[in-house]
Amino acid sequence: MARLPRWILQHFVALRALAVLTVVTGIAYPLAVLAVAQLPGLNGKADGSLLTDADGNVVGSSLIGQSYTDNDGEALLAYFQSRPSAAAGEDGDYDPLVSGASNLGPENVVDTLPDPELGWDDDENAAKSLLTQVCERSFQIGEREGVDGSRPYCTDTGVGAVLGVFYSEGTSGEVTRVVSLNEECGTVAAPFLAEYEGVQVECAEYGEDYAAAIITPVRGDAPDEPAVPADAVTASGSGLDPHISPEYAELQAARVAAERGMTVTEVRDLIDEHTSGRFLGFIGQPAVNVVELNLALDAAFPLT
Amino acid sequence: MGGITIDATGALLVAAMVAALALSYKPLGDYMYRVVTREHHGTSFSGRVERGVYRAIGVRPSAEQHWSGYARSVLAFSAVSIVVLYLFQRVQGRLPLDNGFAGLEPGLAWNTAVSFTTNTNWQAYSGESAMGILIQASGLAVQNFVSAAVGIAVAVVLVRGFARKATDKLGNFWVDLTRIVLWILLPISFVAAIVLVAGGVVQNLTDFTTTANDQTITGGLVASQEAIKNLGTNGGGYYNANAAHPFENPTTWTNFLIVYLLLVIPFSLPRTFGRIVRDNRQGFAIVSVMGVIALISTALVIGFEKIGAGTVPQAVGAAMEGKEVRFGIPDSGLFAAATTLTSTGSVNSFHDSYTSFGGGVLLLNMMLGEVAPGGVGAGLYGLLVLAVITVFIAGLMVGRTPEYLGKKIGAREIKLASLYFLVTPALLLVGVAASIAVPSNLHAMQEAGPHGLSEMLYAFASASNNNGSAFAGFGANTPWFNTALGLCMMFGRFLPIILVLALAGSLAKQTPVPATAGTFPTHKPLFVGMVVGVTIVLVALTFLPVLALGPVAEGLQ
Repeated sequence: MARLPRWILQHFVALRALAVLTVVTGIAYPLAVLAVAQLPGLNGKADGSLLTDADGNVVGSSLIGQSYTDNDGEALLAYFQSRPSAAAGEDGDYDPLVSGASNLGPENVVDTLPDPELGWDDDENAAKSLLTQVCERSFQIGEREGVDGSRPYCTDTGVGAVLGVFYSEGTSGEVTRVVSLNEECGTVAAPFLAEYEGVQVECAEYGEDYAAAIITPVRGDAPDEPAVPADAVTASGSGLDPHISPEYAELQAARVAAERGMTVTEVRDLIDEHTSGRFLGFIGQPAVNVVELNLALDAAFPLT
Repeated sequence: MGGITIDATGALLVAAMVAALALSYKPLGDYMYRVVTREHHGTSFSGRVERGVYRAIGVRPSAEQHWSGYARSVLAFSAVSIVVLYLFQRVQGRLPLDNGFAGLEPGLAWNTAVSFTTNTNWQAYSGESAMGILIQASGLAVQNFVSAAVGIAVAVVLVRGFARKATDKLGNFWVDLTRIVLWILLPISFVAAIVLVAGGVVQNLTDFTTTANDQTITGGLVASQEAIKNLGTNGGGYYNANAAHPFENPTTWTNFLIVYLLLVIPFSLPRTFGRIVRDNRQGFAIVSVMGVIALISTALVIGFEKIGAGTVPQAVGAAMEGKEVRFGIPDSGLFAAATTLTSTGSVNSFHDSYTSFGGGVLLLNMMLGEVAPGGVGAGLYGLLVLAVITVFIAGLMVGRTPEYLGKKIGAREIKLASLYFLVTPALLLVGVAASIAVPSNLHAMQEAGPHGLSEMLYAFASASNNNGSAFAGFGANTPWFNTALGLCMMFGRFLPIILVLALAGSLAKQTPVPATAGTFPTHKPLFVGMVVGVTIVLVALTFLPVLALGPVAEGLQ
């Protein structure tokens, strides 16, 4: 048999090496880890830290967040609410089949307005900017918890307070025209600001091109530290964050207590039980596990 | 709350990480030295196992290779890996443990095969809805091991080039590959995986569990993959959300462990280098360069995120979009800096939503060529090339023939080093320029204005440097970008490897010149400072113009 050229032989060697290393690192290694992981004591964690109810049905995982809303997406007031989630699948958010983040940037402040005849829900080209999403969440949560939902750069109707300013020289000179970019004509009585640099502010017309305007967010006079905490108005990276900050839990405590006929102290005790501190005092942030907390609420004070 | 503030926790966190890495520098570096240099003993346990492997592969372990032979072996192994992984993904639907998923589309399968073989692990797919348990464990995770081992092997060859004299023999690729996988990556991964399971990382053979309230809980061989994906600076997540996913990174201390895993080999390899060239001070100088750049960069990322400039972070009150509550700002910032300073690309928070300057530093980290500390192996050889350029520049200043570790840096050496340095900027800048010139490509940018440019820059920086993280809003799954980024990954990986091996070959041929009073000492703080300076100046000159149009313009709005 004629000897094959060396460069071909080389690839056969490579193939054999890959085969051997696949057996070692791709079969033996994961199975060895699996064997140890499935030992008693570790297997509960290796199987996903599943939580079961009294009848033994799996009701979730203590590591995977859930959304506590009704079929219309309205918050169930007897439960602590999780953070907003970008992992929205067919059955709502907190769907582990589509984990992920919004990926919207820090200057994502201008909405793509919907066709007025279709509205936000039916116009698939429309998109709320990250700023408007934050403002909207803050106002909804403020209303729900009975606190001031205002934030910097938000209008008092809960959209991003962003002007498109036209200048006579393009980027400088006299202000010639000002549009409130996130307030669509017909949806608001008047723009959040009447005048800017002496020019009357217009509402935004659907379909008009404001690309030549300079995007100018307006700070407004909201407090620097809003009553609604940061984690309550932002989506997590995974979309499955099981935690909220202790501040957001505290904000919700009174409402949950009232809905269940408990005292606020009883609710706070449960919050403390399900709060994890910093590891060694400096790694990570204090966090309240919403999934475990809500299960504990149901166990201690069942809804009738 | 009182007591400890967020700034203090951030500083303590970074200090604890530095301490952990400092403690492992010597033992791990020495251990890796023994693994890659020991003689072939037939009687020891490791010797017998290795002999079995060499027999199965069909190689003679004592046959050392010329640099070009070594390069051909690297390329053959990588080519076979790409083809096998591609076919594996295509036929997924006919294999067991497929989670009910069909085979992947050709374009996506190709992109993924290239991405994992080049240690990039750019993910154009979503793990939980495309890849079954078998392909994750026996396809993707295998490349996590071997692509990392290839990087370390190439670095070891360059170091041998400095250490050996008057020879053209640089080692045997198959021996290096086998030893690095079996005795370095495998045992550390095994221990780390078990520890991760104890923290809550999943390791089972269940595809999906549906709960009473209709949530679908995923399973899989996650812990075994999580360990090597970070230890090998690969970065491809089991799930789409990567290490932000609670099943990959459930607690604050697993987060610390993961960051440690992705830094520990790149930061310990300089010790191995020092041992091989028989001067530990040289290794310490190199690790100092890495450490200085890494510390500055990490402090900047955490600082910018903590300040939280920009309209949305100001409205929110903190840069928390895309970050998990349990990690918060400092632990997310540390992870983000570590993953872009190495070639890892796994994420525990989403970089697209970082503040303009925070995200800009992440971009700059990759543009540095990932040398501080860089990917496993790739960081060391990248930094040694920069050290060569530095002694050349120092030599020009005083008018002497430059030397490094007793080897003369002549015309051939400096040509190879310069070409090495030019590969990534060329791929990155030409790639971005060509992409922007095609109007239809502009739709891939999720956002208008400077942030859109940052997204595209990030994509090309990530692919060319084999990082794999993304400003994930960028719609890269188009024929143009799948092709262009795929080419960047291939050229960005294999051109530098060939150049490094050629450099090793030309260094090994020389007989060392004895150091004299006029020799520029390369183990003193002056040299460390010069390498840091050269690295930053070279990168700044190359990339500042385009950075000014992206993150800088956005941040100064």
